[in-house]
Amino acid sequence: MTTADHRLTQLQTLEAESIHVLREVAAESERPVLLFSGGKDSIVMLELARKAFAPARIPFPVMHVDTGLNFPEVLEFRDRRVAELGVELIVASVPDAIAAGTVRQEPNGSRNRIQTPVLLDAVERHGFTALFGGARRDEDKARAKERVFSFRDEFGQWDPKNQRPELWDLYNGRTHLGESIRVFPLSNWTELDIWGYIAQEEIAIPALYLAAERDVVDRAGMLYAVNEFITPKDGEQVERRSVRYRTVGDANLTAAVPSVAGTVAEVIAEIAVTRLTERGATRGDDKVSDAAMEDRKKEGYF
Amino acid sequence: MSALAQAAAELATARKDILRIATAGSVDDGKSTLIGRLLYDSKAVFEDQYAAIERASRGDHVDLSLLTDGLRAEREQGITIDVAYRYFSTPRRTFILADTPGHVQYTRNMVTGASTADLAIVLVDARKGMLEQSRRHAFLASLLRVPHLVVAVNKMDLVDWSEEVYEGIREEFAAFATKLEVPDLTVVPISALQGDNVVTRSANTPWYEGTSLLHHLEHVHVASDRNLVDTRFPVQYVIRPQTDEFRDYRGYAGRVGSGVLRPGDEVQVLPSGLTTTIAAIDGPDGPLDAAFAPMSVTVRLTDDLDVSRGDMICRPHNAPTVTQDLDAMVCWMADTPLVPRMRLAVKHTTRSVRAVVKDLQYRLDVNTLHRDTTADGLGLNDIGRVTLRTTQPLFVDDYHRNRVTGRFILIDEATNATVGAGMLTPS
Repeated sequence: MTTADHRLTQLQTLEAESIHVLREVAAESERPVLLFSGGKDSIVMLELARKAFAPARIPFPVMHVDTGLNFPEVLEFRDRRVAELGVELIVASVPDAIAAGTVRQEPNGSRNRIQTPVLLDAVERHGFTALFGGARRDEDKARAKERVFSFRDEFGQWDPKNQRPELWDLYNGRTHLGESIRVFPLSNWTELDIWGYIAQEEIAIPALYLAAERDVVDRAGMLYAVNEFITPKDGEQVERRSVRYRTVGDANLTAAVPSVAGTVAEVIAEIAVTRLTERGATRGDDKVSDAAMEDRKKEGYF
Repeated sequence: MSALAQAAAELATARKDILRIATAGSVDDGKSTLIGRLLYDSKAVFEDQYAAIERASRGDHVDLSLLTDGLRAEREQGITIDVAYRYFSTPRRTFILADTPGHVQYTRNMVTGASTADLAIVLVDARKGMLEQSRRHAFLASLLRVPHLVVAVNKMDLVDWSEEVYEGIREEFAAFATKLEVPDLTVVPISALQGDNVVTRSANTPWYEGTSLLHHLEHVHVASDRNLVDTRFPVQYVIRPQTDEFRDYRGYAGRVGSGVLRPGDEVQVLPSGLTTTIAAIDGPDGPLDAAFAPMSVTVRLTDDLDVSRGDMICRPHNAPTVTQDLDAMVCWMADTPLVPRMRLAVKHTTRSVRAVVKDLQYRLDVNTLHRDTTADGLGLNDIGRVTLRTTQPLFVDDYHRNRVTGRFILIDEATNATVGAGMLTPS
């Protein structure tokens, strides 16, 4: 800790800001919950929550919106981390909602859009008033305009034209019954900050984030690893290649990138020289249109 | 690990500090082009983003202003709705840039962007000189006490790199800045479109003795902007593990507002006024020997006092003012006007109280700085001097002395909307 010259590094500054946000919500919100997917951003967010309340336990549950299309390594990781921290895990299940007939998946197999009603239903059932999400402003231009405290109406909708002004670090988390606040403690972190923090703090992450030899098929320039949800179609060649994942979304739609980075430091080195944004490189669901994220957020997506 | 990996890992965890910037200006001033240029030249633009704007560009050049192109709702209406945050870094510093629109809702957005800024950049079109809106932007930056102001005189290529034009604008701004008590003013002649004096010094301005804009952003000295004298620690959250291992642990969590706290320091807790000493300070990675702004820490006290959220830890002979009467400059951000006798909620540090508007002393014309004492209300985007009476005491300092204990927000309790921002002034 650098105390001699009273200066903080960028990661210490970001860490302090995120911890402040987490504590503010715990102090003011009736029933917060932290969205935890087992992805790297939510892993960092959960680690910051641990630090914010140590030596006490994290004073709110974590929730996973489970699309049923998970990489098994990620589910294992989720369960192990939750057990270590002694926090309550709530699973909001998309397959259950499909079975109950409340949502239907899209023809291409994407369950991205239908996560939203399942999430909103869980929020209502549990009476959550604040939801921590791991989104960052550098991810997308719709995110660039998001508040740290993002107000949502009773339908979970985001209205970009009617956001609460956010001054200094004086956050307004007030809600009426049925409304909620989405809170983004990692708003000011960049992808490289997340990786730098994982390296500095030696935070455990699912092995999918590190390069390994995997069987993949090439679909329009995107490399998909063969798994329970992705089987080669007729005419597709299965190749053995060294790849890693930059994001961990649904196992049927998340592509891997060619990589030889077997350690976190090597991942950082690759990212530092990579010239493709995270979502553009690996998420089939964001390629639909330029305003895809803006549209989903208005409907209540995270 | 390869040498490259090692170097990159060091880069990501390097001891860089963060500079927070607010930019003001309209599309016509070339603000989007300037930001696009900073992002592009500092390599914060990725291939797929660049490919997207290359496709969308009309004309011969890739239009860098499209990098900051916003939401579809904005494109449809041809306006910028809201503050957007951009991120870029150089080997020396990381930058968080609040990009505020110049036209619509300018006061609300500029105040929001400037509230967290270390430095404000005001764009001026060299052909037009200092306009009403340039004055307004500089005034708002000074009202929010942004410590460093940069005026970027843009489109110098269109005035043939005239030293005379630059000097005229510089002198006019310097005179205005003196009135505003702007502590640090820098005026840079640039061409955002062609990149002159943005990242590197331009050969077109041999008469200009200063540095490029980016060089200034990388080197401007901000460490002394912080208040390390007046100890202010608003208690945010009380940590009580109530486990066998930590049975007697009682920690006061919060973010240091100003000053420096050390174990062994004699401290006073407000509102009780009781004094005790700091037993220990726990940081994110364990015990600390000092805590300062903007660190989030947990303070343990020697004596078992009744301390809760909203209380303030300070030094016995350097305490903030304890008062229910607030005199403040208020920026109003709601359609329904602020009028005397209005009731509002106030959030100040970690303390939330109610207040009544006792008096509107004057409304300020942000263009002329004229004080209109006959005004009977503050409309959307108006600024005025307001007296409030709160239901409970607050622990305050003047905003010009302490940006943390001198600020508050106003909330409409019926709608829960944030309707105003306040900066305390000496009464």
